[in-house]
Parts: sequence; C-alpha cells; structure tokens
Amino acid sequence: MGVATVTSTTGEAGANTVKGAGPAQLEVRGVTKAFPGCLANDDISFRIEPGEIHALLGENGAGKSTLVKIIYGVLQADEGELIWEGKPVTIASPHDAREMGIGLVFQHFSLFETMTVLENIALAMNDVRDMDALRKQVLEVEKTYGLPLDPDRHVYTLSVGERQRIEIVRCLLQNPKLLILDEPTSVLTPQEVEKLFETLRRLADEGCAILYISHKLHEVKALCQKATVLRGGKVVGGCDPREETAKSMAEMMIGQKLTAPDRGKSREFGDVRLAVSNLSLESDEQFGTDLKGINLEVRGGEIMGVAGVAGNGQNELFRALAGETEQQAAPDSIKIDGKSVAHFGPRRRRRLGATFVPEERNGHGAVPDMSLSENGFLTAFRRMALSARGLIREVPTKSFADNIIKTFDVRTTGSGAEAGSLSGGNLQKFIVGREILQDPGVLVISQPTWGVDAGAASAIHQALLDLAAKGTAVLVISQDLDEIYAICDSVVVMAEGKMSKPRPMADVSIEEIGLLMGGLHDLEGNATPANNTQVEGGRVGQA
Amino acid sequence: MEWIVPFTLTVITASTPLLLAASGELITEKSGVLNLGVEGMMLVGAITGFAVTASSGSAVLGILAAVVAGTLMSLIFAFLTLTLMANQVATGLALTIFGVGFSALVGSGFVGFAIDPLPALSIPGISAIPIIGPILFGQDFLVYLSIAAVIGIWWFLVKSRAGLILKAVGDSHHSAHAIGYSVIKIRYLATMFGGAMAGLGGAYLSLSYTPMWAENMTAGRGWIALALVVFATWRPGRLVAGAYMFGLISVMQLHAQGAGIHVPSQFMSMLPYLATVIVLVIISSDRAKIRLNAPACIGQAFRAAQ
Repeated sequence: MGVATVTSTTGEAGANTVKGAGPAQLEVRGVTKAFPGCLANDDISFRIEPGEIHALLGENGAGKSTLVKIIYGVLQADEGELIWEGKPVTIASPHDAREMGIGLVFQHFSLFETMTVLENIALAMNDVRDMDALRKQVLEVEKTYGLPLDPDRHVYTLSVGERQRIEIVRCLLQNPKLLILDEPTSVLTPQEVEKLFETLRRLADEGCAILYISHKLHEVKALCQKATVLRGGKVVGGCDPREETAKSMAEMMIGQKLTAPDRGKSREFGDVRLAVSNLSLESDEQFGTDLKGINLEVRGGEIMGVAGVAGNGQNELFRALAGETEQQAAPDSIKIDGKSVAHFGPRRRRRLGATFVPEERNGHGAVPDMSLSENGFLTAFRRMALSARGLIREVPTKSFADNIIKTFDVRTTGSGAEAGSLSGGNLQKFIVGREILQDPGVLVISQPTWGVDAGAASAIHQALLDLAAKGTAVLVISQDLDEIYAICDSVVVMAEGKMSKPRPMADVSIEEIGLLMGGLHDLEGNATPANNTQVEGGRVGQA
Repeated sequence: MEWIVPFTLTVITASTPLLLAASGELITEKSGVLNLGVEGMMLVGAITGFAVTASSGSAVLGILAAVVAGTLMSLIFAFLTLTLMANQVATGLALTIFGVGFSALVGSGFVGFAIDPLPALSIPGISAIPIIGPILFGQDFLVYLSIAAVIGIWWFLVKSRAGLILKAVGDSHHSAHAIGYSVIKIRYLATMFGGAMAGLGGAYLSLSYTPMWAENMTAGRGWIALALVVFATWRPGRLVAGAYMFGLISVMQLHAQGAGIHVPSQFMSMLPYLATVIVLVIISSDRAKIRLNAPACIGQAFRAAQ
C-alpha cells in the first residue's frame, strides 16, 4: 500500500501541467548508493513541491543521512538522478548545492566554536563579500525572521538553541528554495521548537520547499504536509502526517507493531537508595556548567527522570554521581543506601551496588577495540566475581557476556566481537544489559536510547522498568521528554546547573517542563509563567 | 656602547632562522597538522641550499633549491599522514631522524667548503647612519623576508577569507568538511608551506648565519621553532617576540662566556625549552585563553565520514 502511494506521487509529475502547478522543486528519481557491505539507498524516489513541508522518516540506518548528503552534494549517487525545477542536475559539491538554492541545517552543528557568529556565517557563504555588508544582511534577516543573534559573539558562549539559529540564518541568507533540516529539534526546548516551526511555516508560505528529517513524530504531524518513509534504504511508503497518528507512522518506520512499555502495577517505593544533598561542584570542562546546590532522592523501585536541554549540567551531574570527577564536595553530599560516597571513586561506589551507564557509548561506556567479553569484565569483575587472584576467570567472563547477548537480544557475531563493530543500538543494549545484569541497587543512566532505533529503545525501556520493579533506584538523565513520560515516575529539570524540585510525572505538563528547561526556576508556581504556559499551549494547539 | 651594534646584529641573525621555520609551522599547525619534522626539514634545506650554492655559485638558486627541498620533505610527511593516515607524531619524529641522516650523507662531500655569505642589502647613505643604519638597513634580504612573512601571515590569518578557512579546518575538520571545504587539500597546502619555510630557515643557517656546512648544524633550532609556536600561543605577533627573545638568549650564552660569567652553556641552551614549559603551564591554567587560538583538531587524522 505504501509503495502505491509513492508511485502515485511520482505519477503526478506528468499530471502537474494539467493542474497548473509548476514542476516539483526537487524530484529524486531512483537514487541508489552502495557502501562496502551495505546498500544505503536503494532506488529512492520522491518529490517535493515548492512551499511544501515534507518529512523524511526512518530509523537510524534507514538511509536518511546518505540521501541528504547526496542532495547536498557531499556524496554522489551510484545510480538515479535529481531533477531540480524540472531539469536534471548534477550536484557535485555543497558549493553547487548552495549555488542552486539548497540550504542544510545540520544535525550535529557544523560550527566552529572559537570563531564569532559572523565568521561562522561567512565560512558557509559562497560569494565573498565584505564583512560589514554581510553583518548588515545578517541583522536584517534576524529582524525579518525574529532570530536574534549577536554577530560578534564567539560560538562557544552560545546555547544550543542559539547555535542552531546561526545555521538557520546562514541558510536564509542565501535565499534558499529548498531547506533541509536534519533532526533540528533534538536539542531544543518545546518553546524553542514552536518558534522554529513558526519560522519554517513562514518560509514555506514564501514558497520555500522544506525537507524535514526527524524521528519526533508528533512534531512531524504538527508541521508537515507530506511524508516519505524509508526503511533499510528503500522507500516503504508515503503518507499525509496530518491524517496519521504518531504510532501508525512509527509502525511504518519499523515495519512492525509497536508495543508500549509495560509499566506494571502501580509500584510501591521503598527506602531512599540514592540521595544527593546540596551538591555544588565546579565543572572541570572548558565551557562546562557548574552544579549549584543539587538535591534529589531516588527511592527503591522509583524511576526518576532528569530533563533538560543538553549542556545544563547533566554531564557534570552524571560524572559527579559516577565518581568520575574529583570531589571537593562534602562526603555526605552523595549517599548510596545511606553511605556517604562523595569522596569515593567509581570502583568503590560500584562495590556498594551502584552501576552507571554514560551517554557516550564508544570510548566511555565501552572500549571500542576490546571484545564484548572483555568489556563485560571491565565493570562487572567484582560484582560478578570474574577475577581470581589477579587473573581473569575466562569461563565465567565469557558466559557473563553471552548471557547479556542472549538476555538483551544483542545482534552480534558473539562475545568475541569488538565492541566498536556493533551498531549503536546493539552496543547500547549490551552496555545497559551489562549494568542491569549486575543486579544493582542504584542505576544512573544517561541518554539510554540516544541514537537507538525504536525496537531497541522499547527493549531498553522495558528492561529499566523491570529493574525498578525489583527494587532498584533508577535515575534516567534524558533530553527526550517522550522517554521521560514513557518510563519515569517522577521528574526533575536541570537548567544552568540548578535542579528543580522533584514532581510526580502525573502532575506535570509538558509545557511546565519546557518552561523549567528554559531556566524559569524562580517563577515556579508564579502566576506569570502560568499565563505564558497557556499562550504556548494555545499555539501548540493551533498547530 | 659600541658593542650594541654587533650584539644586536648577532641577535637578529640568531633569531631569523627560528622565525622563518616557526612561521611556517604556525600555518601548518593552524590547519590542524602537527609536523614534528621541522628539524629534519631545516637540515635538508640547509644542505641543499649550501650544495646548490657551492656548485652553481648562485645563492638565489641555492635558496630556491632549499625551499623546494623543504617542501618535498613536507610532502613525504603530508602523504604519510594525510593520505595514508599515519600517526602525525611518529611520522614527524621519523622525518627528523631521516633529515638528520640524509643531510649528513649528502653533505659529507661538502664539509670544509667555503662560500661567500649572503650579501647585506645596503642603501647608500641610510645604512651609514650610526647604530640604526646597520641594524635596520644593513641586513641580508632573508631577514627582511622573515619579518615580511610574519606580517603576511598575520594579515592572512586575521583579515583574509582563505585564512579564515584555514583556521576553520584546524578548528573542526568535520564541520569544515560538511560545509564543503576540502580538508585534505587545505592541509596539504599548509604542510607544504611549513616545509618551504623550514627549508628557507635551514638555508639561512648554511648560507648566511655560518656560511658553511657542518653535520647537524641546526643544533636543535627546529625543536625551538616548534616550541616557539606553542610559546606564541599560535599568534604571529608573539611569534616575533618569542623568536627574538630565544635568539637573544642563545646570543647571551656566547657573550656571557666571553665576559667570563660562568653560566654553564647547557643551562643557557636549556632556557628556551624551560620558557616554553613555563608558558605552557601558565596558559593551561587558563584554558579559555589557549582555546581561542589553539587549533582544536591539531594532530588528529581526518577521515571523511560516509
């Protein structure tokens, strides 16, 4: 059925003269691209009309990024062609793409931290003009589209939202006819997302075609008029997101039914197992965030979510809890099962029954060049008794790794495979499994499903819920509010190194969390933000 | 006070080879490439310049040959590290070791040869002004070139679009690649410029500073040039100050001996490195400062992601 939709879209190409519409802004015809060992794009065809906001959906590895790179001239297709405004074109480089009027807002920002906003913009412009003229243009575009930015500030001093604005301004300056956005909202607060959408809708009204890549399906539903779904490098369907549900689109993406995580019966919480009181810590990172008076308590059986825009102290919090930072704080500012541990390193904390899963899989959570069984040994050797008299006990070490692979359905060639050879989702399942199978009393996990496909994500969520059901205190640091809503019992929000008071998940709206993420702590409970909330909510509703 | 003029002149001649080699390495490092082979490239430049000048009688030919030789050396480095993705530190060390041996091999026939030093460019009348005349207007053209090169590099890095692109590549090669700049090509060019300047610095040693060839005659100046770049925190203005300060230290070492002050010469030759270590400690205590000028991608291999 999906394929039929696509064929009919392509079929319109001939019919559009009858309708009186011009040629498509961009038509992709039969694009195929192979890499050694994988067919990233397999005969992909779709079209985008001028003024249309078109979503490109697909899981990690579905071939979205490859397709974007082909359209932007970073990669060349092996087969197939691109039709731009009715004419076949070759896009040999990003320079060509920009010349034609294609702008790209990158998923991982392509910015230079030590340079100013203006320099960053100048670097991405094709034609060299003098900086003063460029500055005027930048200020004009900022005014027109309501994207305030100081051209002379260094990028490293800017928030993620502001950084994204640079990318957008940089594209708008070239009067794009097609704007591609690759996962633009993954680092934004809900309010920032709504602002971005306003800008995009306005651009579309002016006739700019927009290709919007995201896995946040409710956003796609709110913004896009058309969607093309990729799976395994192929187009598997197309739809009108306004007429679908997030669930139906997700099922189209993964090609199977999606089951919501089973939260079980309402759980009873036990004693406090992880307690942080008045933890203040200077960041050891270059442009990091200092922690300011953090307080939280996680009880046995409870899953607490830490929400917040990236870079507001979550990394610092994780490192402080895991014992990776040298502690200047008082020993009793962190307690595991009532024991003061702030002056302990990671190994002594693990001995007390705490385990940790960091955000970065390769290089932090696992050693990429070592085998899975060696990686299993590294954090579990004490709790799982994998070592004796200073030597590695080979048999239990291997069977521990095999057990993780089996229990968590890690797709790999075996426990001897190098960690670096696994896909992101599989390695994440392995690392999460390694910590969960140690049967911890406290688990601190950062971005559990970041860059993980929907199938693996729901497996990880289920595993966390099951672990909590056994009485473990789980702290989930996540930027993904959907994830926090799906599994957490309570939530705290971090902004600028401070933490909001814990709130039960059931009594807190997504707008409230959004305002807290924006750093409005002082106004908590005040009447003014409540009004704002309604306004913001109203806008979301209109969308 | 009559010692001031000869003293200043020796400081200038001692500083110029450092400045030449370090300004080339500055550009190389700004592009994100760490080439530790400066010493080797200088030596090969020195022997090539000397050999060609001695055989042809033309210093200009000799200097050009030294520049070409330095560039070829850097091309070996660039091919290994940028095309074949070899480790930059190991390759740079190997390049130095290779340069030491290769220059000694080629130079064995030229030991004891004598050539005329590079002539000083003198402007009749002006060069005769006491003190200022000989210092400012009585040098050979490589001295002026070294100053001009630093000014040119400053202008390039701060004012030109090409310089902005070069810094961008050194700051974040993935971002630069995503915007559509050819990281490898730009790094090849920057590495070659570094090689050419190191070759020139070597030629200055064997054609002007001491117009002769001796094995290993750079005597660690390539390493000082490398240290200078860090000492200057990748800023051209500080590079001039640093080069002249290190030049001054090395000359003082000779004069101190002459004046009968018994400072061990080893202590004086240690000073530039000691100064660099101290500067490193100071700047690393305020990382925000170094961060603004240090190329963030330095020494990292770049492989374009699929």
